[in-house]
Amino acid sequence: MTVPFFAYITLFLFLPAGSVLVGAFKSKDESWTLDNIRLLFHEPYVSAYRTSIEVSGVTALIGGFVGLAIAYAAIRDGTPRWIRSGLSTFSGVAANFGGIPLAFAFIATLGTIGVVTQFLQKQLHINIYENGFTLFSKTGVEIVYLYFQLPLMILVVSPAIDGLKREWREAASNLGASSWQFWRYVGLPYLMPSILGAVILLFGNAFAAYATAYSLTSGAVNLVPVLIGAYYSGNVLDNPHLAQALAFGMFVVLAAMMVIYIPLNRRATRWAK
Amino acid sequence: MSYLQLIDLHRDFGTTKALDGIEISLGQGEFLSLLGPSGCGKTTALRLVAGFDRPDKGSIIVDGKDVTRVSPSKRDMGMVFQAYSLFPNMTAEQNVEFGLKIRGRKRADRQKRVEELMELVGLGHAGKRYPHQLSGGMQQRVALARALAIEPRVLLLDEPLSALDAKVRVQLREEIRRIQLELGITTLYVTHDQEEALAVSDHVAVMWSGRIEQMATPAVMYNSPATPFVAEFIGTMNRLEATVVDGTSGEVDHRGARMTVPAAQGLTRGERVLVLVRPETLEVAPVDGGSSANGGLVGDIVAHTFLGATTRLKMLGEDVELIADIPTARVEALPIGTRVVAHVPLEGVRLLSLADADAAPASAASDPGDQ
Amino acid sequence: MAPSAYVWLLIGTAYFFIPLLATFLFSLKSNQTGKCCTLASYTWVIHNGQFWHTLKISFLLSLETIAISLLIFVPTVYWVHLKMPRLRPVIAFFALIPFVVPPIVLVVGLLKFFKGSPDWFYAQPWGFLAAAYVILAFPYMFFSLDAGFRAIDVHTLTEASQSLGASWPVTLVKVILPNIRAAALAGSFLALAIVMGEFTIANLAAFHTFPLFLQYVNETQAYPAAALTLMSFGITWAAMASLLVFGRRRGGRGTAIVGAR
Repeated sequence: MTVPFFAYITLFLFLPAGSVLVGAFKSKDESWTLDNIRLLFHEPYVSAYRTSIEVSGVTALIGGFVGLAIAYAAIRDGTPRWIRSGLSTFSGVAANFGGIPLAFAFIATLGTIGVVTQFLQKQLHINIYENGFTLFSKTGVEIVYLYFQLPLMILVVSPAIDGLKREWREAASNLGASSWQFWRYVGLPYLMPSILGAVILLFGNAFAAYATAYSLTSGAVNLVPVLIGAYYSGNVLDNPHLAQALAFGMFVVLAAMMVIYIPLNRRATRWAK
Repeated sequence: MSYLQLIDLHRDFGTTKALDGIEISLGQGEFLSLLGPSGCGKTTALRLVAGFDRPDKGSIIVDGKDVTRVSPSKRDMGMVFQAYSLFPNMTAEQNVEFGLKIRGRKRADRQKRVEELMELVGLGHAGKRYPHQLSGGMQQRVALARALAIEPRVLLLDEPLSALDAKVRVQLREEIRRIQLELGITTLYVTHDQEEALAVSDHVAVMWSGRIEQMATPAVMYNSPATPFVAEFIGTMNRLEATVVDGTSGEVDHRGARMTVPAAQGLTRGERVLVLVRPETLEVAPVDGGSSANGGLVGDIVAHTFLGATTRLKMLGEDVELIADIPTARVEALPIGTRVVAHVPLEGVRLLSLADADAAPASAASDPGDQ
Repeated sequence: MAPSAYVWLLIGTAYFFIPLLATFLFSLKSNQTGKCCTLASYTWVIHNGQFWHTLKISFLLSLETIAISLLIFVPTVYWVHLKMPRLRPVIAFFALIPFVVPPIVLVVGLLKFFKGSPDWFYAQPWGFLAAAYVILAFPYMFFSLDAGFRAIDVHTLTEASQSLGASWPVTLVKVILPNIRAAALAGSFLALAIVMGEFTIANLAAFHTFPLFLQYVNETQAYPAAALTLMSFGITWAAMASLLVFGRRRGGRGTAIVGAR
């Protein structure tokens, strides 16, 4: 009964993925070569990786920090229960609201004739575009990516925050610790493996993203997925193996992330009761 | 000289009055237990003293200073929680030294103090273990050591033994008391286990529905419960509703049976009272020949409960329901089904007026010990 | 409630709702005046043939994906739970692979690997695209079904059924399937959300699905694009809401991250 499954996975996942990994090392005449890989370290490819890593890193760190703060605010004692369930539900939806519609939502908000842009212009007389801001840039991509990074962080880190017993906070306070001291000695050490794991997840999530950046910037921002996509629209690359090499590079980065993430995830439950 | 004072404390949660005017006064070095069923307000009161909550009305005074508005981290009290309070990412020793670290004590001083305390609670060897490697009893000892490390003015314990096994509970409660006496530290202890409270405290305050029903030494509370609720809650008690027949002799009528109770002397005829009799004071003998039924309550033995040195007999008769504790050795002579008469002794019987309506549990005799 | 909690929750609420609000206001602007307030954009969408056409294609694709997924994964997970529990971690590990081989990488491989394959597969969304989407849905299907199977007593049910004379297919369909219905539904709604939102593979493989229509409108008609964006968000909401409803009953997985990014 499991044969169809393995056959399917092999045919549609392993073999195609394998052919990409293999194809990265081949040249147009089908001989083995490292040329494609070498090219990755040149412009414009290396800066594509740099930009991708930067965007992923920034959104992972900001998404991680802000997501943690929001999740904690919703879960901690004193906050009404409905806020927590509301946040959880909304995060579940928002984490899936990506790609094309998300890109446009931000265009409608912060684009050149976006609602917020116009509001700032007309009511507060601040023209952000004149001051150098543009949504269709690396920064814009980062702002938009946060929209699905934040909910992802909230969803992933909430169970760990649940494990933060209120007794620890109270005991720390009772022993004289300030809020900051509690976080420094107890809260953050306890949460750290989960936080790190989540941030890595966020990194991978942003790194692999294509649709949002494509729709937002029409390929203007130099990100690795966008570069790969450009090949298929015939714009930039004419060597299929180069596209495969780019994909191979992505695979390497993502695999490295997984290798770090899996043991971290296990460690996160080390002190759980 | 009062060291810890709770003055007219009120705390409402929505429409529920969790605390309805609590007044407590503790001398220095005294051990007071707040005893009561779930929801009576005892934990609420403790949390107010610790500072995790603010009273709606009233104040808390420690050593002459009003701490009602002081944040919990500045009250200099040590608290032991019911469970889960040890920091999971620190070893036992690191947990104990935490308060000292916050206060900026030097490492050498901290080490010394931690060692002292770990010895005090009997865990000198287990210092390097993490909480998840310690048993429940050991965790609570570490929690105690941690609370004591900072030499707090007041020690607060919130049902610290509830989550532990029965045998560990008995052991640990004695140790807590021993340590408390040794250090002379003023202690407020919350529990729902009346046996525990009676065993270790200088004074016990029985609480119910946000009020203190009675505050007294364990002996007084046991022998002279002030209200039907306390009588019900502390130990096992036979509660007999009766009406005064003769105020001069002290004769009362309980469902047709007549008894003489000295405490009823001086009351008016017709007054409704509650006669309280401890099971161990009832004299139980088989009815033979009918004569000795005078002045006693007659019923059949319907159940035996083996309690070790004593056996609990349950007696049922017409309108009579009693519990009597007799030495186990005598049980053979009183098998189930025997018709017996129970004599209420003259001394040691308490009387409570039923003038105020009370909503204590309705059964005539029950054992609140199994909670 | 702690003041810092207010601050963070306010920040979160603002960041999440302002774009939605802005999109809504944008969608009410008229093409002539560039100002509020008209429903013209919404009527344009509803009267647009391509809208319905691509919506239908995407929807049918998702049904096909769900059908194939269930057909392949249900027996597999069933068998693993019943006979080969040691295989489970292996499959769970496989389910993590799509994270390392995201759509952008997978499509490169698929296009290369299936290049010479017949047109009925390669040139049709019902072939190529559905095949890819089953892979994309695989992790979510697996974890949903896995949770569902863990919640029931597979062995007892199977043995009871067989002792009453049922064959394997009958057991699977009549006994097992009804009991993991909640989990299967949960997985299906996740698959629906994936397919309705998937852009990367469809774009690079040049199939005209609903998300591609969305992108086209984004590039050409600003105000209707806003209306479409909200409708698309509404579809995601509906899928996730159904997921929560069905997932809360036995055997469902709470939430998952599936959309196009």
